[in-house]
Amino acid sequence: MTAALHWSYLAAAVCFILALRGLSNPRSARTGNLIGAFGMLVAVVMTLVAGHVHNGGLVAGAMVIGVAVGVPAARMVHMTAMPQMVAAFNGVGGGAAALVAISDYIGHADGATLSSGNRLAVLLGVVIGSVSFSGSVVAFAKLQELMTGRPVVYPLQQFVNGVMAAAAVILAAIAIVGAHVGLVGLVAVICLGLGVAFVMPIGGADVPVVISLLNSFTGLAVAASGFVLSNTVLIVAGTLVGASGTLLTRMMSNAMGRSLPNIIFGAFGAVVTAGATGEAGDRSVRSGTAEDIGTLLAYSRRVVIVPGYGLAVAQAQHTIRELADLLEGRGVEVLYAVHPVAGRMPGHMNVLLAEADVPYEQLKEMEEANPIMPSTDVALVVGANDVVNPAAYDSPGSPIYGMPIIHVDQAANVIFLKRSMRPGFAGIDNELLYNPKTTLLFGDAKATLSSLVAAVKAA
Amino acid sequence: MTGFLTLFTIFVLSVFLGFEVISKVPSVLHTPLMSGTNAIHGIILVGAIAVLATADSALLKVIGFLAVALATVNVVGGFVVTDRMLEMFKGRAQHTPGTAQPAPPEAVPPAPAAPAGPADTTQELPR
Repeated sequence: MTAALHWSYLAAAVCFILALRGLSNPRSARTGNLIGAFGMLVAVVMTLVAGHVHNGGLVAGAMVIGVAVGVPAARMVHMTAMPQMVAAFNGVGGGAAALVAISDYIGHADGATLSSGNRLAVLLGVVIGSVSFSGSVVAFAKLQELMTGRPVVYPLQQFVNGVMAAAAVILAAIAIVGAHVGLVGLVAVICLGLGVAFVMPIGGADVPVVISLLNSFTGLAVAASGFVLSNTVLIVAGTLVGASGTLLTRMMSNAMGRSLPNIIFGAFGAVVTAGATGEAGDRSVRSGTAEDIGTLLAYSRRVVIVPGYGLAVAQAQHTIRELADLLEGRGVEVLYAVHPVAGRMPGHMNVLLAEADVPYEQLKEMEEANPIMPSTDVALVVGANDVVNPAAYDSPGSPIYGMPIIHVDQAANVIFLKRSMRPGFAGIDNELLYNPKTTLLFGDAKATLSSLVAAVKAA
Repeated sequence: MTGFLTLFTIFVLSVFLGFEVISKVPSVLHTPLMSGTNAIHGIILVGAIAVLATADSALLKVIGFLAVALATVNVVGGFVVTDRMLEMFKGRAQHTPGTAQPAPPEAVPPAPAAPAGPADTTQELPR
């Protein structure tokens, strides 16, 4: 490796550190991302120029394909579908890391000329990269609704997973002690299965946290490959992502009031959750017409909109903006109360509302929104459920107990725009739906919002 | 060839650095940060190029080709999608609208004195 290449890798590593730092603050986030991209460009270009590249045509061809797939995908994806896009990009990264590790084993006389330390690094890369790849694929399928978002559980699940994990560890150990290239392939296959089994029992609302975890896994797989290739920038960048990703995963689960083990293994205790839902029975709820609700909104002084997952699914962010503008035109004060985990990922809702050009001053974080709730005439909950569920503070047995919520129950009137009486992603019944001051309007968020727009115009 | 101990030293220091560098992030930025770190681990592209560049058998060429293509998708897709997310916040990070400053020239690193940020954009994470 030439000195120039080393210097460029150092420069890239510094860029990545500055990028992470920049991304941690709203002011510098965009610049931070660009600095990261610049560092990547330096490292890749110098590798191509100074790295004695043979098979140049193949390298160029593969990169052209990668750009031709990656850029349009990233540019055209709807902001609502962005979480699964991140999952997809993470998956291909994990896959690439696993492939690099495998080819390193093959390239060194099927592992025979590697030290056992290097074989350990290869196997780590294969194991973690494969789990990250297939896990991300399942996460993508869940968020894209190609499969059910509900936890998938089956008998003996933990036992089966345990056997697969044990088999992978034992086979990997054999391939580390001696050179057995066939076993490396087998380990990769088992770990692909393990990644699927790992994400299957995780519910749709928790999938973003798992994507963050898989993201840090991929970082570690990259770092492992760095050890095999003696490549410092792979180690630095991979480890940075692994460590910061772990921390980010913990922050995300904290924001949901859950512990990470609870999210990953929570589905195995799903029976308890079902019990909490069962007591709902057939109590009556009050559902209103768009006209009634439109009139109520039009003659309010302050309306607080609580957007949630359903708004994102219905892509109704522009319609809600229209409704808000209309109300503002009539002198109604309109605010948005954004829960930290509203939408499909923490911060996702802010991005969606920003896309619809909702004025920044109208967006209130949960901490700012809660004190003004008692002086609010109407809390309009659009496609949210768990983030306003009073069970989070008044029923200690509830799975979401302890999660901070937006206290819409303190507003004078509560309107829920919901698709159905189906409980939210956490699968817990919401006591607030049966509250006398609550009115429900059923339907797709976009359709019901449009009917409200018409009703407010007529009022 | 760099010795194992040197590489391991770099690894351990990077672990600490990774924890330190993002100690406090407002929840608004969780998704973009995840997406940004996602793009950074696309650095595996460098490793994939090294593999394909030295591949001498058909099998290694196929694996290397796949690895380079996948890693490229990770890199370009990751950075582009992160930029699109952050683009939505442009001008919004400014404390008072109307005093918006132009973005600093590209060569200037983001002001490292990040803690000086406005109080309303760096709120504590809810417990």
